[in-house]
Amino acid sequence: MYQLLKQIAKVGVVTEPAPAPDEALRAIAQRLDEVVLKHFGRALAIRHVDAGSCNGCELEIHATNSPYYNLERLGIKFVASPRHADMLLVTGPVSRNMETALKRTYDATPDPKLVVAIGDCGCDGGVFGESYASCGRVSNVIPVDVAVPGCPPTPVAIMQGILTALTARRA
Amino acid sequence: MPATGLPIAADRLPGAAPAFLAAVEPARLREACEQARARGARLVALWGSDETVRGAGFALHVALASSEGLLWLAVPLAREHPRYPGIADLFPAANRKQRAAYDLVGIHADENPDHRKWLRHGAWPGGTFPLRKDFDPARRFPLAEDRYPFVRVEGEGVHEIPVGPVHAGTIEPGHFRFSIVGEKILRLEERLGYKHKGIEKRFESMTLDEGARLAGRVSGDSTVAFAWAYAMAVESACDAAPPPRAAALRGCLLELERIANHLGDLGYLGNDVALAFGFFQFWRLKEDLLRVNARAFGHRYLMDTVVPGGVARDLSTGAAAEILTALDRIEPEVRRLRAIYDEHAGVQDRFMTTGEVTPALAAKLGLTGLAGRASGLRRDLRVDHPVAPYDTLGVRLAAADAGDVAARAAVRFEELFESARLLRLLLRGLPDGPTRVPLAPPAAGRRGIGWVEGWRGEVLIALDTAAEGRIHRLHPHDPSWQNWPLLERAVLGNIVPDFPLINKSFNLSYAGQDL
Repeated sequence: MYQLLKQIAKVGVVTEPAPAPDEALRAIAQRLDEVVLKHFGRALAIRHVDAGSCNGCELEIHATNSPYYNLERLGIKFVASPRHADMLLVTGPVSRNMETALKRTYDATPDPKLVVAIGDCGCDGGVFGESYASCGRVSNVIPVDVAVPGCPPTPVAIMQGILTALTARRA
Repeated sequence: MPATGLPIAADRLPGAAPAFLAAVEPARLREACEQARARGARLVALWGSDETVRGAGFALHVALASSEGLLWLAVPLAREHPRYPGIADLFPAANRKQRAAYDLVGIHADENPDHRKWLRHGAWPGGTFPLRKDFDPARRFPLAEDRYPFVRVEGEGVHEIPVGPVHAGTIEPGHFRFSIVGEKILRLEERLGYKHKGIEKRFESMTLDEGARLAGRVSGDSTVAFAWAYAMAVESACDAAPPPRAAALRGCLLELERIANHLGDLGYLGNDVALAFGFFQFWRLKEDLLRVNARAFGHRYLMDTVVPGGVARDLSTGAAAEILTALDRIEPEVRRLRAIYDEHAGVQDRFMTTGEVTPALAAKLGLTGLAGRASGLRRDLRVDHPVAPYDTLGVRLAAADAGDVAARAAVRFEELFESARLLRLLLRGLPDGPTRVPLAPPAAGRRGIGWVEGWRGEVLIALDTAAEGRIHRLHPHDPSWQNWPLLERAVLGNIVPDFPLINKSFNLSYAGQDL
């Protein structure tokens, strides 16, 4: 236990400042009321859905919880069920084998809700495109508020996407 | 050049990997497999192809690993009702691959113990096969209900827990059907294929140059391993070799990928036994390494860096020095953290005897890669069949025999330290010279093999070229194919709350097996 505490003390706090929102990432105009956003901004629950990614975006979503980015300090946390979520964070081109599961997850998320599509595949189908097995971009299957490009997008870009979805400014 | 130690006459394919190709009639397939197995061979991959555009029927392909190298058996099948004698009784890992080959190409394995669909859900109807050449890749069938008969366990007090495809954490999608009594797992049945997005069909619309980017996204966490295997397969088909500097840099990239993934997994293994300290410490170190990657190679996960003919980016002297400095800082920290894990009673209590796969079961069912080495299977392509730059490095194999979560964690620690040693050797002795050679497009019908020990295990790319530098058929193989069925066995008798920990200790790819 001594070694463990010593390590914690030695490393200290490495968390870096959070990025500012970026209106360029917004896919459609802000749908939610300012009052709602004010509440979300202090305690946002996110349900991640991998709808068919290569798993690269998942690595960076995990990294947003690492001590450098520490998403949770902003009152933003990942939850285990869509029923507890305010926002869906969706990665991948939507595989046709995940189409039903993604729609059901969206329907299970209580209103008001937000959707952020993560990665080039989520934005436009990416290298996988559309095919017999792929629906392509996330917005082909469920409404998307903010889309964050990148292959994969960095943790900062992902945080920016989430924070943009939370800002009241209408694009 | 025929090889002598193989069960049948086979020709050595050009290229870095020791790969041999043999045509086998369906009637002789089982005999060849039995003889190979008697000599200690194991199944790496199995896939089908449509050869009707070449005036033939269909074909089955089986890749076996032997002490000589990789033996690629190509089995011609009839155009009408293509079928072959199944080999799942000889190599249990063939079971799901035979089912996938049917779903995609429509070649039928006789006597397979299981004929349920595997990669097909409801996106295309049975009797329609996406990897046939007359199948239009853009064709969308109406989504049908996915009926899949799970095996039911019955008895007093038995009940089922269905989990997924959308999981509780940030994980890839898949379905797990637990049959339990109390908290104890009686049976786990996996249902995968949710991420199937038509990767193999997509390759067939691409040139060899374009394919490199897609190969690097078969399983994003193994992008270097897949990109290298792809490059090796293309170079094999072109009978070309990357320059020595490129080979050395590929070694650096693969070891950086191994370290990054092992750091991430070791953090999550701590997290999954309620030691959040482990997650934060290891993910801080992982982030440090990813940032070094980005500065040195322009990408945190090193995507699109390995390309056919060499590497896309050279490494500056300054960047090489920065990697060395980072290793000198990260490695002692990992040693300290290992001591903390080793001495932490709570961690060891959860790790030890959890999710065991005995060496005997691992050998019988064909466990591979990191998980295999944690169950006593001392195999590593960097040791057994080293290609440049590993041929001069004397890679030390890391292994354990307990086959539990603790063993899989221990192998990760050992491999991480070995990767750091290899990186130091490579970076201090980087040869000068070019980093890429131009490749002339190969003729149609050239075969190529890429075989690389990624962080998770052996990654295979089997290539058959079409005219004008295009792809006739490409099969990317992730070691998760072999290891997923073992996860079903590893959890037996364990309690449900230990499943996330056991699953994480294997950390298998869904994307890599769903294709």
